[in-house]
Amino acid sequence: MENVIEIHGLTKKFGNFTAVDNISFNVRKGEIFGFLGANGAGKTTAMRILCGLSVPTSGGGTVAGYDIVREPEKIKRHIGYMSQKFSLYSDLKVWENIRLFGGIYGLSDKQIASRTEDILSGLGMEDVRNSFVSSLPLGWKQKLSFSIAMIHDPRIVFLDEPTGGVDPETRRRFWELIYEATSKGVTVFVTTHYMDEAEYCDRVSIMVDGRIEALDSPAELKRMYGASGMDAVFRMLAGRARREE
Amino acid sequence: MNAIEIHNIGKSYGKVRALSGISLQVKKGEIFGLIGPDGAGKTTLFRILTTLLLADEGTATVAGLDVRKDYAGIRRLIGYMPGRFSLYQDLSVEENLEFFATVFGTTVAENYDVIKDIYSQIEPFKDRRAGALSGGMKQKLALSCALVHKPSVLFLDEPTTGVDAVSRRDFWNMLARIKASGVTIFVSTPYMDEASLCDRVALIMHGKIIDSGTPAGIVSKYPYTLLSVKGTPMYPLLKYLRGKKGVIGCFSFGAVHHVSIDSRETCADDILACISAAGFKDCEVHETSPGIEDCFMDLAGRDHKE
Amino acid sequence: MKEFAAFVKKEFRHILRDKRTILIVLIMPVVQMILFGYAVRTEIEHARVDVVGDMADPAVRKIVDRIDNNRYLDINGILPSTGLIASRFQKNEADVAVCFGRDFGEELRKTGRGSVKIIGDGSDPNSAQMIVNYVIGVLQSEQTEISAGLSGQDGTGSFAPSVHLMYNPAMKSAYNFVPGVMGLILMIICSMMTSVSIVREKETGTMELLLVSPVKPMWIIVSKVLPYLLVSTVNFITILILSRYMMGVPLRGSLMLLSGVAVLFVFTSLSLGLLISVVASTQKSALLLSGMGLMMPTVLLSGIIFPCENMPGILQCLSHLIPAKWFIIMVKKIMIQGAGFPYILKEFSILAGMTAFLLAVSVKKFRIRL
Repeated sequence: MENVIEIHGLTKKFGNFTAVDNISFNVRKGEIFGFLGANGAGKTTAMRILCGLSVPTSGGGTVAGYDIVREPEKIKRHIGYMSQKFSLYSDLKVWENIRLFGGIYGLSDKQIASRTEDILSGLGMEDVRNSFVSSLPLGWKQKLSFSIAMIHDPRIVFLDEPTGGVDPETRRRFWELIYEATSKGVTVFVTTHYMDEAEYCDRVSIMVDGRIEALDSPAELKRMYGASGMDAVFRMLAGRARREE
Repeated sequence: MNAIEIHNIGKSYGKVRALSGISLQVKKGEIFGLIGPDGAGKTTLFRILTTLLLADEGTATVAGLDVRKDYAGIRRLIGYMPGRFSLYQDLSVEENLEFFATVFGTTVAENYDVIKDIYSQIEPFKDRRAGALSGGMKQKLALSCALVHKPSVLFLDEPTTGVDAVSRRDFWNMLARIKASGVTIFVSTPYMDEASLCDRVALIMHGKIIDSGTPAGIVSKYPYTLLSVKGTPMYPLLKYLRGKKGVIGCFSFGAVHHVSIDSRETCADDILACISAAGFKDCEVHETSPGIEDCFMDLAGRDHKE
Repeated sequence: MKEFAAFVKKEFRHILRDKRTILIVLIMPVVQMILFGYAVRTEIEHARVDVVGDMADPAVRKIVDRIDNNRYLDINGILPSTGLIASRFQKNEADVAVCFGRDFGEELRKTGRGSVKIIGDGSDPNSAQMIVNYVIGVLQSEQTEISAGLSGQDGTGSFAPSVHLMYNPAMKSAYNFVPGVMGLILMIICSMMTSVSIVREKETGTMELLLVSPVKPMWIIVSKVLPYLLVSTVNFITILILSRYMMGVPLRGSLMLLSGVAVLFVFTSLSLGLLISVVASTQKSALLLSGMGLMMPTVLLSGIIFPCENMPGILQCLSHLIPAKWFIIMVKKIMIQGAGFPYILKEFSILAGMTAFLLAVSVKKFRIRL
């Protein structure tokens, strides 16, 4: 099976603090890969390296076929990224945001125009095309920013706590968007604090103190740790953490 | 006397209706959870109760004092932990705690027994600047600061948002111990699974309370039969089930789908037969008891249609 | 009271731990004094002097020789008429022109008075003032010599030089910029720093906690203000020392009166800062508001750089609204003219009125809720 992410011995040190400690893993094409860990386990650092935003101290690998050390710019062009903290410009209108990100990823005007229609009709948001993003409900913003993260048809999309704070139904509708995307062959790399969402992933890795302590399908992990849910698995593993953030 | 009484509180920001017709009672000594997504109006209600905002209509009392008239009295009696970390990052752990103790006219030594349980965990780092603490430790410090003057009512606005599952569990254990010392706790959270840790909860959505009561009481009112359905592949199964006759709602719940059905039109065996026939593999269907999250989705969906 | 002390202690900690800011704040007056004073003073050696006058007149001749012998001044050229001066200045061919009246020597002999006009290039006001002062110095020493020689006669022999500055007739000099810098610094510390420090608490959410506490909001404000009051006192003293011993600006009036005026101005600035903190919700907007809304108009309209008398009418009217303007006038009167309280009563009353108004508005606006 084709791997979209291949990471070997990835390590990142800040001074004498090892944020990411020799991690290796592969992510297969078209899978939903859950990247879990307690606060401060090193998730964010690892994710920044994978997105080409930070250079590892040692180790390396490829993302979307590009080397994370030598070709970070190419990686940025071929991945999508969405984070709860930053995704859209709230003082721009919906269509302006789509246009902006289309432009950032080098789409032609014609492409942007057609993608805009696709996104708006796909989300049922034609009516709010001219609304400011700040006026949208949180759930809509998240769906919109997911669609915008996919505007350039990336092979892989990174989602950093994409569903924080929304109501249960909207959260599930969001996951349905993720399923839709993976059914088209897109790979999804996602972090979350909702343990039920860990169950929706094809495979899950759990980081503890900078290392990957477990990596398998949710069913297999639950069997291995004799737990009824991913919640219990997570608490068992993350509870072992020694270090503070 | 109830610790908190809220009668018909409403609040608008310009054209946006943040809260409408909120009425709740919080009993003395209980943990009361206000549960709802971001933007539901949780923080607005907290600010009204902590006398930081005035409601447009309605009345509320905290510890028997009116939030409008007796704001000074309330401010002396309550502890408040706002949504984001709001301590002085450039002051050390100890300095922060001492400052807040003095502000409330007390000393750390005087009330050490109140905070000991929590504070002792961060005491080894008492000379560290608050800004350099980890998320979990910041939270413990903030809680210590909110408790240091022995408040009778503790307001915690989304204390666990963005916190990992392990730290969340720790935090709730701390709350249980605080409650045991007789403090009333009013806490908000977007995490539905935390409802079961509260004595009573109110579910809030779009500025309205859609239900309130004990978690068991809310769950018992769930009107449909709920099935837990499994089958491979899961996502197509979800779409397939939504179109079935008698299926009211279908959402994924961890490893399974929760399917609410009208028991007059269909049943578990019926569904199992259908999905097996449709070619799904490893099918499992059995009745299950709903959780707060199922109830919330049902109630919120209904509220939306009205 | 203990609560208040805790607040003040906390504020001092904030300030002391932000080493970079406190350093800037304490060094700022020194830098400004040097910028305004020394930076423009350095190149006055060999100032080029043009002379317009009858070189055949021995009295003129004598003065010209004297000027040429001065180590700061060099005779640059003899011009046939004053009409050429402007173009010489524009081409930067001369720094100053000394114009002797027609029949200068004759007049001096007869009346004991000779008319001399000194024209400085006001486009560079500080050095122009300096050069003109040197020329006046030369004239004065000539004058004393003549007076000595003429003693016993009626006239005391004076030149009554009339000084004229082209392009910027109302001169700026150390006498002018010291009060200006004083006003500017006090303003920055008191309004900018105070407003930013209050708004920071709004931004980080700690204001929420403070408001929920039983402490009266007024005390929160007073505790914020106190440390900056101290810092501005340090700055005030720094400026006074620098101006006295580095710039040689005298303090002719009473130090008490000057301090009193400074305290009043500090209160004006504080209430402005408070007003800003009420309006602004982020540190950035507080900085912008105090920077663009206070500093800019103060610098431009208070007379620190551009003399108010030369402004178009509408700007002159506006300049009356700038508190720093009144402060600067008072400081000038006290320091340089040695004026007593009765002479600054008008300005003092205006500033006091402004302060009372601003303070009332900002305290009224300061909310006990969010």
